[in-house]
Amino acid sequence: MNGSSLAAVAPELLRLGVGLLALVGFIAANGMLLLYVERKVAGHVQRRPGPFEVGPHGLLQAFADAGKLVGKQLATPAGADGLLFWAAPLMAFMPVPLMFIAIPFGENLFGLQTNLGLVLILSFAGFNVLALCLAGWGSNNKWSLLGAARAVSQAVAYEIPLLLSVLAVALMCGSLDLRQLAGSQGGWPWQWNVAVQPLAFFIYFVCAVAETNRAPFDLAEAESELTAGVHTEYSGMGNGIFFLAEYANMIVVGCVATALFLGGSQGPFAPGPWWFLAKMYLLVTLVIFMRWTYPRVRFDQLLNLNWRWLMPLALVNLLATALAVKLAG
Amino acid sequence: MAQAHPLTPRTDQVLPPRLDFALPQQVFDLCRAMSLWPMTFGLACCAIEMMAVTMPRFDLSRFGAEVFRPSPRQSDLMIVAGTVTRKMAPALVTLYEQMPAPKFVLAMGNCAISGGPFKYEGQYGVVEGVDSLVPVDVYVPGCPPRPEALMEGLFQLQAKLAGKRFWPVPELVEG
Repeated sequence: MNGSSLAAVAPELLRLGVGLLALVGFIAANGMLLLYVERKVAGHVQRRPGPFEVGPHGLLQAFADAGKLVGKQLATPAGADGLLFWAAPLMAFMPVPLMFIAIPFGENLFGLQTNLGLVLILSFAGFNVLALCLAGWGSNNKWSLLGAARAVSQAVAYEIPLLLSVLAVALMCGSLDLRQLAGSQGGWPWQWNVAVQPLAFFIYFVCAVAETNRAPFDLAEAESELTAGVHTEYSGMGNGIFFLAEYANMIVVGCVATALFLGGSQGPFAPGPWWFLAKMYLLVTLVIFMRWTYPRVRFDQLLNLNWRWLMPLALVNLLATALAVKLAG
Repeated sequence: MAQAHPLTPRTDQVLPPRLDFALPQQVFDLCRAMSLWPMTFGLACCAIEMMAVTMPRFDLSRFGAEVFRPSPRQSDLMIVAGTVTRKMAPALVTLYEQMPAPKFVLAMGNCAISGGPFKYEGQYGVVEGVDSLVPVDVYVPGCPPRPEALMEGLFQLQAKLAGKRFWPVPELVEG
Protein backbone atom coordinates (compact mmCIF):
# COMPACT_ATOMS: atom_id res chain seq x y z
CA MET A 1 0.00 0.00 0.00
CA ASN A 2 1.59 3.32 -1.04
CA GLY A 3 1.26 6.71 0.58
CA SER A 4 -1.56 8.08 -1.58
CA SER A 5 -3.87 5.11 -1.07
CA LEU A 6 -3.09 5.23 2.65
CA ALA A 7 -4.21 8.84 2.69
CA ALA A 8 -7.43 7.82 0.96
CA VAL A 9 -8.43 5.78 4.00
CA ALA A 10 -10.29 7.90 6.50
CA PRO A 11 -7.90 8.80 9.35
CA GLU A 12 -10.52 7.83 11.91
CA LEU A 13 -10.78 4.34 10.40
CA LEU A 14 -7.00 4.01 10.28
CA ARG A 15 -6.77 5.01 13.93
CA LEU A 16 -9.43 2.45 14.81
CA GLY A 17 -7.67 -0.37 12.90
CA VAL A 18 -4.23 0.37 14.33
CA GLY A 19 -5.75 0.78 17.78
CA LEU A 20 -7.55 -2.57 17.61
CA LEU A 21 -4.40 -4.37 16.45
CA ALA A 22 -2.30 -2.79 19.19
CA LEU A 23 -4.94 -3.64 21.79
CA VAL A 24 -5.06 -7.30 20.73
CA GLY A 25 -1.28 -7.40 21.23
CA PHE A 26 -1.68 -5.68 24.59
CA ILE A 27 -4.32 -8.22 25.66
CA ALA A 28 -2.22 -11.23 24.61
CA ALA A 29 0.89 -9.87 26.36
CA ASN A 30 -1.15 -9.18 29.47
CA GLY A 31 -2.63 -12.67 29.42
CA MET A 32 0.86 -14.16 29.61
CA LEU A 33 1.97 -11.65 32.24
CA LEU A 34 -1.05 -12.22 34.46
CA LEU A 35 -0.76 -16.01 34.17
CA TYR A 36 2.78 -15.68 35.55
CA VAL A 37 1.85 -13.09 38.19
CA GLU A 38 -1.11 -15.17 39.33
CA ARG A 39 1.00 -18.28 39.89
CA LYS A 40 3.77 -16.27 41.55
CA VAL A 41 1.30 -14.54 43.88
CA ALA A 42 -0.32 -17.89 44.65
CA GLY A 43 3.11 -19.23 45.54
CA HIS A 44 4.17 -16.37 47.77
CA VAL A 45 0.80 -16.24 49.53
CA GLN A 46 1.37 -19.90 50.46
CA ARG A 47 5.05 -19.31 51.38
CA ARG A 48 6.59 -21.05 48.38
CA PRO A 49 8.36 -19.47 45.42
CA GLY A 50 5.90 -20.47 42.69
CA PRO A 51 7.25 -21.17 39.16
CA PHE A 52 11.00 -20.83 39.56
CA GLU A 53 13.07 -23.13 37.37
CA VAL A 54 11.70 -22.57 33.84
CA GLY A 55 13.75 -19.52 32.90
CA PRO A 56 15.14 -17.15 35.54
CA HIS A 57 12.57 -17.01 38.36
CA GLY A 58 10.19 -18.94 36.11
CA LEU A 59 9.86 -16.10 33.62
CA LEU A 60 9.48 -18.48 30.66
CA GLN A 61 6.75 -20.48 32.39
CA ALA A 62 3.90 -18.62 30.70
CA PHE A 63 5.52 -19.19 27.28
CA ALA A 64 5.82 -22.92 27.96
CA ASP A 65 2.16 -23.03 29.02
CA ALA A 66 1.07 -21.13 25.92
CA GLY A 67 3.10 -23.41 23.65
CA LYS A 68 1.67 -26.49 25.28
CA LEU A 69 -1.93 -25.24 25.05
CA VAL A 70 -1.50 -24.43 21.34
CA GLY A 71 -0.09 -27.90 20.68
CA LYS A 72 -2.86 -29.76 22.48
CA GLN A 73 -5.55 -31.79 20.77
CA LEU A 74 -8.92 -30.03 20.43
CA ALA A 75 -11.55 -32.53 21.49
CA THR A 76 -15.24 -32.02 20.75
CA PRO A 77 -17.21 -34.21 23.16
CA ALA A 78 -19.65 -36.76 21.76
CA GLY A 79 -23.17 -35.37 21.58
CA ALA A 80 -22.02 -31.76 21.80
CA ASP A 81 -23.27 -29.11 19.41
CA GLY A 82 -20.06 -28.45 17.46
CA LEU A 83 -21.01 -24.97 16.26
CA LEU A 84 -22.18 -23.62 19.61
CA PHE A 85 -19.37 -25.41 21.43
CA TRP A 86 -16.62 -23.71 19.42
CA ALA A 87 -18.46 -20.40 19.00
CA ALA A 88 -18.46 -19.93 22.78
CA PRO A 89 -14.71 -19.28 23.33
CA LEU A 90 -14.63 -16.98 20.30
CA MET A 91 -17.60 -15.09 21.63
CA ALA A 92 -15.91 -14.80 25.01
CA PHE A 93 -12.83 -13.24 23.47
CA MET A 94 -14.05 -11.17 20.51
CA PRO A 95 -15.85 -8.36 22.40
CA VAL A 96 -12.78 -7.80 24.58
CA PRO A 97 -10.70 -5.66 22.16
CA LEU A 98 -13.87 -3.62 21.50
CA MET A 99 -14.16 -2.89 25.21
CA PHE A 100 -10.55 -1.71 25.33
CA ILE A 101 -11.03 0.67 22.43
CA ALA A 102 -12.89 3.28 24.47
CA ILE A 103 -10.45 3.27 27.38
CA PRO A 104 -8.31 6.42 27.71
CA PHE A 105 -4.88 5.13 28.72
CA GLY A 106 -3.46 8.63 28.49
CA GLU A 107 -4.37 12.18 27.54
CA ASN A 108 -4.16 11.27 23.83
CA LEU A 109 -3.68 7.49 24.05
CA PHE A 110 -7.06 5.98 23.24
CA GLY A 111 -8.62 4.04 20.37
CA LEU A 112 -11.88 5.88 20.02
CA GLN A 113 -13.43 8.82 21.80
CA THR A 114 -17.17 8.52 21.98
CA ASN A 115 -19.66 10.23 24.24
CA LEU A 116 -21.09 6.81 25.16
CA GLY A 117 -17.77 5.10 26.00
CA LEU A 118 -18.99 3.80 29.34
CA VAL A 119 -22.17 2.35 27.84
CA LEU A 120 -20.12 0.73 25.07
CA ILE A 121 -17.91 -1.08 27.59
CA LEU A 122 -20.79 -2.17 29.80
CA SER A 123 -22.86 -3.48 26.90
CA PHE A 124 -20.00 -5.46 25.35
CA ALA A 125 -19.20 -6.86 28.80
CA GLY A 126 -22.64 -8.51 28.64
CA PHE A 127 -21.40 -10.77 25.83
CA ASN A 128 -19.35 -12.73 28.33
CA VAL A 129 -22.52 -14.12 29.91
CA LEU A 130 -23.80 -15.21 26.50
CA ALA A 131 -20.51 -16.97 25.81
CA LEU A 132 -20.65 -18.87 29.11
CA CYS A 133 -24.28 -19.73 28.42
CA LEU A 134 -23.41 -21.13 24.98
CA ALA A 135 -20.45 -23.04 26.42
CA GLY A 136 -22.64 -24.61 29.07
CA TRP A 137 -25.40 -25.56 26.67
CA GLY A 138 -23.20 -26.65 23.77
CA SER A 139 -21.03 -28.98 25.85
CA ASN A 140 -23.78 -31.53 26.48
CA ASN A 141 -22.47 -31.95 30.01
CA LYS A 142 -24.44 -31.56 33.21
CA TRP A 143 -21.62 -29.77 35.04
CA SER A 144 -21.22 -27.29 32.21
CA LEU A 145 -24.94 -26.62 32.20
CA LEU A 146 -25.07 -26.08 35.98
CA GLY A 147 -22.05 -23.81 35.73
CA ALA A 148 -23.71 -21.81 32.96
CA ALA A 149 -26.91 -21.44 34.99
CA ARG A 150 -24.86 -20.12 37.90
CA ALA A 151 -22.86 -17.78 35.68
CA VAL A 152 -26.00 -16.26 34.19
CA SER A 153 -27.82 -15.69 37.48
CA GLN A 154 -24.66 -14.28 39.05
CA ALA A 155 -23.81 -11.95 36.17
CA VAL A 156 -27.37 -10.66 35.79
CA ALA A 157 -27.63 -10.00 39.52
CA TYR A 158 -24.30 -8.22 39.89
CA GLU A 159 -24.74 -6.13 36.75
CA ILE A 160 -27.38 -4.00 38.50
CA PRO A 161 -25.36 -2.61 41.45
CA LEU A 162 -22.39 -2.27 39.10
CA LEU A 163 -24.41 -0.05 36.76
CA LEU A 164 -25.88 1.92 39.68
CA SER A 165 -22.46 2.64 41.20
CA VAL A 166 -21.06 3.69 37.82
CA LEU A 167 -24.11 5.87 37.24
CA ALA A 168 -23.44 7.82 40.45
CA VAL A 169 -20.07 8.93 39.09
CA ALA A 170 -21.55 9.67 35.67
CA LEU A 171 -24.22 11.86 37.33
CA MET A 172 -21.56 13.73 39.27
CA CYS A 173 -19.51 14.55 36.19
CA GLY A 174 -22.45 14.85 33.81
CA SER A 175 -20.89 12.67 31.13
CA LEU A 176 -20.60 9.07 29.94
CA ASP A 177 -17.39 9.75 28.03
CA LEU A 178 -14.53 7.97 29.79
CA ARG A 179 -11.98 10.53 28.62
CA GLN A 180 -14.01 13.40 30.09
CA LEU A 181 -14.74 11.41 33.26
CA ALA A 182 -11.04 10.75 33.80
CA GLY A 183 -10.04 14.29 32.83
CA SER A 184 -12.48 15.90 35.26
CA GLN A 185 -10.42 14.66 38.23
CA GLY A 186 -7.29 16.23 39.66
CA GLY A 187 -3.81 14.85 40.08
CA TRP A 188 -3.73 14.16 43.82
CA PRO A 189 -5.56 11.26 45.45
CA TRP A 190 -7.94 13.56 47.37
CA GLN A 191 -9.06 15.06 44.07
CA TRP A 192 -10.04 11.68 42.65
CA ASN A 193 -13.63 10.48 42.53
CA VAL A 194 -12.85 7.75 45.03
CA ALA A 195 -12.52 10.44 47.71
CA VAL A 196 -16.05 11.70 46.94
CA GLN A 197 -17.63 8.33 46.13
CA PRO A 198 -15.91 5.73 48.33
CA LEU A 199 -19.08 3.63 48.63
CA ALA A 200 -19.61 3.56 44.86
CA PHE A 201 -15.98 2.49 44.40
CA PHE A 202 -16.36 -0.32 46.92
CA ILE A 203 -19.60 -1.55 45.33
CA TYR A 204 -18.08 -1.29 41.86
CA PHE A 205 -15.01 -3.27 42.91
CA VAL A 206 -16.98 -6.10 44.54
CA CYS A 207 -19.34 -6.32 41.56
CA ALA A 208 -16.44 -6.23 39.11
CA VAL A 209 -14.80 -9.21 40.81
CA ALA A 210 -18.13 -11.05 40.64
CA GLU A 211 -18.73 -10.04 37.01
CA THR A 212 -15.37 -11.41 35.91
CA ASN A 213 -16.12 -14.71 37.70
CA ARG A 214 -13.04 -14.41 39.87
CA ALA A 215 -12.69 -16.07 43.26
CA PRO A 216 -14.19 -15.69 45.83
CA PHE A 217 -17.11 -15.43 43.38
CA ASP A 218 -15.99 -18.12 40.87
CA LEU A 219 -19.14 -20.16 41.33
CA ALA A 220 -19.35 -20.83 37.60
CA GLU A 221 -16.30 -23.10 37.71
CA ALA A 222 -16.28 -24.27 41.30
CA GLU A 223 -14.05 -27.31 40.92
CA SER A 224 -15.07 -28.90 44.21
CA GLU A 225 -18.68 -29.10 43.03
CA LEU A 226 -18.78 -28.77 39.25
CA THR A 227 -15.45 -30.27 38.02
CA ALA A 228 -14.57 -27.14 36.04
CA GLY A 229 -18.04 -25.70 35.47
CA VAL A 230 -18.56 -24.25 32.02
CA HIS A 231 -14.95 -25.03 31.05
CA THR A 232 -15.25 -28.75 31.80
CA GLU A 233 -15.23 -30.00 28.20
CA TYR A 234 -12.79 -27.45 26.74
CA SER A 235 -9.30 -28.66 25.94
CA GLY A 236 -6.18 -26.91 24.70
CA MET A 237 -6.70 -23.46 23.25
CA GLY A 238 -10.48 -23.61 23.79
CA ASN A 239 -9.77 -23.40 27.48
CA GLY A 240 -6.83 -21.07 26.85
CA ILE A 241 -9.04 -18.49 25.10
CA PHE A 242 -11.49 -18.56 28.00
CA PHE A 243 -8.60 -17.83 30.36
CA LEU A 244 -7.30 -15.07 28.10
CA ALA A 245 -10.77 -13.52 28.07
CA GLU A 246 -10.99 -13.78 31.86
CA TYR A 247 -7.68 -11.99 32.34
CA ALA A 248 -8.61 -9.39 29.72
CA ASN A 249 -11.91 -8.77 31.50
CA MET A 250 -10.01 -8.29 34.74
CA ILE A 251 -7.92 -5.64 33.02
CA VAL A 252 -11.02 -3.97 31.56
CA VAL A 253 -12.69 -3.63 34.95
CA GLY A 254 -9.38 -2.39 36.36
CA CYS A 255 -9.15 0.20 33.57
CA VAL A 256 -12.73 1.38 34.08
CA ALA A 257 -12.18 1.66 37.82
CA THR A 258 -9.00 3.65 37.20
CA ALA A 259 -10.68 6.02 34.76
CA LEU A 260 -13.82 6.51 36.84
CA PHE A 261 -12.57 6.52 40.40
CA LEU A 262 -8.78 6.83 40.50
CA GLY A 263 -8.17 9.80 38.23
CA GLY A 264 -7.24 7.93 35.05
CA SER A 265 -3.89 9.09 33.73
CA GLN A 266 -3.80 12.01 36.18
CA GLY A 267 -1.24 11.65 38.93
CA PRO A 268 1.07 13.64 41.15
CA PHE A 269 4.08 15.36 39.45
CA ALA A 270 4.02 13.67 36.02
CA PRO A 271 0.58 12.77 34.63
CA GLY A 272 0.68 10.19 31.83
CA PRO A 273 -0.14 6.64 30.77
CA TRP A 274 2.30 5.25 33.35
CA TRP A 275 0.04 6.46 36.17
CA PHE A 276 -2.94 4.82 34.47
CA LEU A 277 -1.09 1.51 34.08
CA ALA A 278 0.30 1.64 37.63
CA LYS A 279 -3.17 2.12 39.16
CA MET A 280 -4.73 -0.48 36.88
CA TYR A 281 -2.11 -3.13 37.71
CA LEU A 282 -2.48 -2.33 41.40
CA LEU A 283 -6.21 -3.10 41.19
CA VAL A 284 -5.61 -6.28 39.16
CA THR A 285 -3.02 -7.47 41.69
CA LEU A 286 -5.54 -6.79 44.45
CA VAL A 287 -8.04 -9.03 42.63
CA ILE A 288 -5.40 -11.77 42.39
CA PHE A 289 -4.57 -11.42 46.09
CA MET A 290 -8.27 -11.73 46.93
CA ARG A 291 -8.48 -14.97 44.96
CA TRP A 292 -5.70 -16.61 46.97
CA THR A 293 -6.80 -15.20 50.33
CA TYR A 294 -10.55 -15.76 50.60
CA PRO A 295 -12.49 -19.03 50.34
CA ARG A 296 -15.25 -19.37 47.76
CA VAL A 297 -18.68 -18.15 48.90
CA ARG A 298 -21.76 -20.36 48.78
CA PHE A 299 -24.31 -19.55 46.09
CA ASP A 300 -26.98 -18.28 48.50
CA GLN A 301 -24.37 -16.09 50.22
CA LEU A 302 -23.40 -14.70 46.83
CA LEU A 303 -26.95 -13.74 45.90
CA ASN A 304 -27.82 -12.51 49.41
CA LEU A 305 -24.81 -10.22 49.37
CA ASN A 306 -26.00 -8.75 46.10
CA TRP A 307 -29.76 -8.38 46.61
CA ARG A 308 -29.70 -7.54 50.32
CA TRP A 309 -26.65 -5.30 50.59
CA LEU A 310 -25.02 -4.11 47.42
CA MET A 311 -28.19 -3.26 45.52
CA PRO A 312 -29.92 -1.15 48.28
CA LEU A 313 -26.60 0.53 49.12
CA ALA A 314 -26.00 1.37 45.47
CA LEU A 315 -29.53 2.76 45.14
CA VAL A 316 -29.17 4.92 48.28
CA ASN A 317 -25.79 6.10 47.05
CA LEU A 318 -27.23 7.02 43.66
CA LEU A 319 -30.15 8.94 45.20
CA ALA A 320 -27.84 10.79 47.60
CA THR A 321 -25.56 11.69 44.71
CA ALA A 322 -28.47 12.91 42.60
CA LEU A 323 -29.72 15.05 45.51
CA ALA A 324 -26.26 16.48 46.16
CA VAL A 325 -25.75 17.26 42.47
CA LYS A 326 -29.18 18.93 42.27
CA LEU A 327 -28.62 21.03 45.42
CA ALA A 328 -25.06 22.00 44.52
CA GLY A 329 -25.82 22.69 40.86
CA MET B 1 -10.93 -51.43 19.92
CA ALA B 2 -14.35 -49.93 20.51
CA GLN B 3 -15.87 -53.11 21.87
CA ALA B 4 -12.82 -54.29 23.83
CA HIS B 5 -13.25 -54.90 27.52
CA PRO B 6 -11.60 -52.13 29.57
CA LEU B 7 -9.45 -54.68 31.39
CA THR B 8 -7.68 -55.90 28.23
CA PRO B 9 -4.40 -54.23 27.31
CA ARG B 10 -4.49 -51.60 24.59
CA THR B 11 -2.90 -52.68 21.33
CA ASP B 12 -3.40 -49.63 19.10
CA GLN B 13 -0.41 -47.48 18.22
CA VAL B 14 0.15 -43.74 18.27
CA LEU B 15 -0.15 -42.40 14.73
CA PRO B 16 2.92 -40.67 13.25
CA PRO B 17 2.58 -36.86 12.90
CA ARG B 18 1.08 -35.68 9.62
CA LEU B 19 3.66 -32.93 9.23
CA ASP B 20 7.07 -33.68 10.66
CA PHE B 21 9.33 -30.66 11.14
CA ALA B 22 12.19 -31.11 13.58
CA LEU B 23 12.45 -27.61 15.08
CA PRO B 24 8.75 -26.96 15.85
CA GLN B 25 8.52 -30.48 17.27
CA GLN B 26 11.44 -29.75 19.59
CA VAL B 27 9.91 -26.46 20.71
CA PHE B 28 6.55 -28.10 21.37
CA ASP B 29 8.22 -30.97 23.22
CA LEU B 30 10.09 -28.52 25.41
CA CYS B 31 6.90 -26.57 26.12
CA ARG B 32 5.06 -29.80 26.97
CA ALA B 33 7.84 -30.97 29.26
CA MET B 34 7.86 -27.69 31.17
CA SER B 35 4.11 -27.46 31.52
CA LEU B 36 2.79 -30.86 32.60
CA TRP B 37 -0.56 -30.16 34.24
CA PRO B 38 -1.63 -33.20 36.26
CA MET B 39 -5.20 -34.33 36.80
CA THR B 40 -6.75 -34.08 40.27
CA PHE B 41 -7.00 -37.83 40.62
CA GLY B 42 -6.04 -39.69 43.78
CA LEU B 43 -6.97 -43.32 44.40
CA ALA B 44 -5.44 -44.26 47.75
CA CYS B 45 -2.76 -43.33 50.29
CA CYS B 46 -0.22 -42.35 47.59
CA ALA B 47 -2.51 -39.41 46.85
CA ILE B 48 -1.52 -37.95 50.25
CA GLU B 49 2.10 -37.85 49.09
CA MET B 50 0.92 -36.39 45.78
CA MET B 51 -0.77 -33.58 47.73
CA ALA B 52 2.35 -33.07 49.81
CA VAL B 53 4.43 -32.56 46.69
CA THR B 54 2.51 -29.39 45.80
CA MET B 55 2.82 -27.99 49.32
CA PRO B 56 5.49 -25.44 50.31
CA ARG B 57 8.08 -27.96 51.55
CA PHE B 58 8.47 -29.71 48.19
CA ASP B 59 6.64 -27.34 45.83
CA LEU B 60 6.09 -28.93 42.44
CA SER B 61 5.16 -25.47 41.09
CA ARG B 62 8.85 -24.61 40.74
CA PHE B 63 8.85 -26.87 37.69
CA GLY B 64 5.55 -25.59 36.33
CA ALA B 65 3.53 -28.68 37.18
CA GLU B 66 1.40 -27.49 40.10
CA VAL B 67 -1.67 -26.68 37.99
CA PHE B 68 -3.84 -29.63 39.01
CA ARG B 69 -6.80 -29.47 36.62
CA PRO B 70 -10.13 -30.91 37.79
CA SER B 71 -11.18 -31.83 34.23
CA PRO B 72 -9.37 -34.55 32.22
CA ARG B 73 -9.87 -32.41 29.10
CA GLN B 74 -7.38 -29.87 30.41
CA SER B 75 -4.78 -32.16 31.95
CA ASP B 76 -1.64 -33.62 30.37
CA LEU B 77 -0.53 -36.07 33.03
CA MET B 78 -2.47 -38.72 34.89
CA ILE B 79 -0.74 -39.61 38.15
CA VAL B 80 -2.20 -42.99 39.11
CA ALA B 81 -1.66 -42.50 42.84
CA GLY B 82 -2.78 -45.66 44.57
CA THR B 83 -4.51 -49.02 44.28
CA VAL B 84 -6.54 -49.56 41.11
CA THR B 85 -9.43 -51.86 41.95
CA ARG B 86 -11.38 -53.71 39.28
CA LYS B 87 -14.36 -51.54 40.20
CA MET B 88 -12.32 -48.40 39.45
CA ALA B 89 -10.64 -49.70 36.28
CA PRO B 90 -13.38 -48.72 33.77
CA ALA B 91 -13.53 -45.21 35.25
CA LEU B 92 -9.75 -44.90 34.99
CA VAL B 93 -9.79 -45.97 31.35
CA THR B 94 -12.61 -43.48 30.63
CA LEU B 95 -10.62 -40.68 32.24
CA TYR B 96 -7.56 -41.63 30.21
CA GLU B 97 -9.59 -41.63 27.01
CA GLN B 98 -11.09 -38.23 27.87
CA MET B 99 -7.66 -36.63 28.09
CA PRO B 100 -6.69 -34.95 24.80
CA ALA B 101 -3.38 -35.95 23.20
CA PRO B 102 -0.52 -35.67 24.00
CA LYS B 103 -1.17 -37.39 27.31
CA PHE B 104 1.08 -39.14 29.79
CA VAL B 105 0.62 -41.56 32.65
CA LEU B 106 2.75 -41.85 35.76
CA ALA B 107 2.22 -44.97 37.89
CA MET B 108 2.91 -43.95 41.47
CA GLY B 109 3.53 -46.53 44.15
CA ASN B 110 3.74 -50.31 44.22
CA CYS B 111 -0.03 -50.85 43.93
CA ALA B 112 -0.27 -48.93 40.67
CA ILE B 113 2.87 -50.61 39.33
CA SER B 114 2.10 -54.23 40.10
CA GLY B 115 -0.67 -54.56 42.67
CA GLY B 116 1.87 -54.22 45.50
CA PRO B 117 0.79 -55.82 48.79
CA PHE B 118 -2.52 -56.85 47.23
CA LYS B 119 -0.90 -59.27 44.80
CA TYR B 120 -1.37 -62.78 46.13
CA GLU B 121 -2.80 -66.09 45.05
CA GLY B 122 -6.53 -65.92 44.55
CA GLN B 123 -7.09 -62.19 44.95
CA TYR B 124 -9.92 -60.92 42.79
CA GLY B 125 -10.39 -57.23 43.57
CA VAL B 126 -7.24 -55.40 42.51
CA VAL B 127 -5.79 -54.74 39.05
CA GLU B 128 -2.19 -55.99 39.16
CA GLY B 129 -0.46 -53.11 37.46
CA VAL B 130 -2.13 -50.13 35.81
CA ASP B 131 -0.05 -50.80 32.67
CA SER B 132 -2.51 -53.58 31.87
CA LEU B 133 -5.13 -50.83 31.37
CA VAL B 134 -3.34 -47.81 29.94
CA PRO B 135 0.20 -47.23 28.61
CA VAL B 136 2.45 -46.00 31.41
CA ASP B 137 5.36 -43.60 30.80
CA VAL B 138 7.07 -43.50 34.20
CA TYR B 139 6.98 -45.85 37.20
CA VAL B 140 7.71 -44.43 40.66
CA PRO B 141 8.23 -47.30 43.15
CA GLY B 142 7.62 -47.01 46.88
CA CYS B 143 4.93 -47.76 49.39
CA PRO B 144 4.15 -44.92 49.29
CA PRO B 145 6.95 -43.10 47.43
CA ARG B 146 8.41 -40.01 49.09
CA PRO B 147 7.34 -36.71 47.51
CA GLU B 148 10.93 -36.34 46.28
CA ALA B 149 10.48 -39.62 44.40
CA LEU B 150 7.36 -38.30 42.68
CA MET B 151 9.29 -35.19 41.67
CA GLU B 152 12.05 -37.41 40.31
CA GLY B 153 9.38 -39.27 38.34
CA LEU B 154 8.23 -35.95 36.88
CA PHE B 155 11.83 -35.14 35.94
CA GLN B 156 12.15 -38.51 34.21
CA LEU B 157 9.01 -37.74 32.21
CA GLN B 158 10.40 -34.30 31.32
CA ALA B 159 13.66 -35.92 30.23
CA LYS B 160 11.69 -38.44 28.16
CA LEU B 161 9.83 -35.59 26.43
CA ALA B 162 12.58 -33.05 25.95
CA GLY B 163 15.44 -35.52 25.38
CA LYS B 164 17.62 -34.22 28.19
CA ARG B 165 17.50 -33.69 31.92
CA PHE B 166 17.50 -30.05 32.99
CA TRP B 167 17.86 -30.37 36.74
CA PRO B 168 20.89 -31.59 38.71
CA VAL B 169 20.92 -35.20 39.95
CA PRO B 170 20.87 -35.30 43.78
CA GLU B 171 23.80 -36.97 45.50
CA LEU B 172 23.32 -40.30 47.23
CA VAL B 173 23.50 -39.84 50.99
CA GLU B 174 24.84 -42.89 52.88
CA GLY B 175 23.09 -44.01 56.05
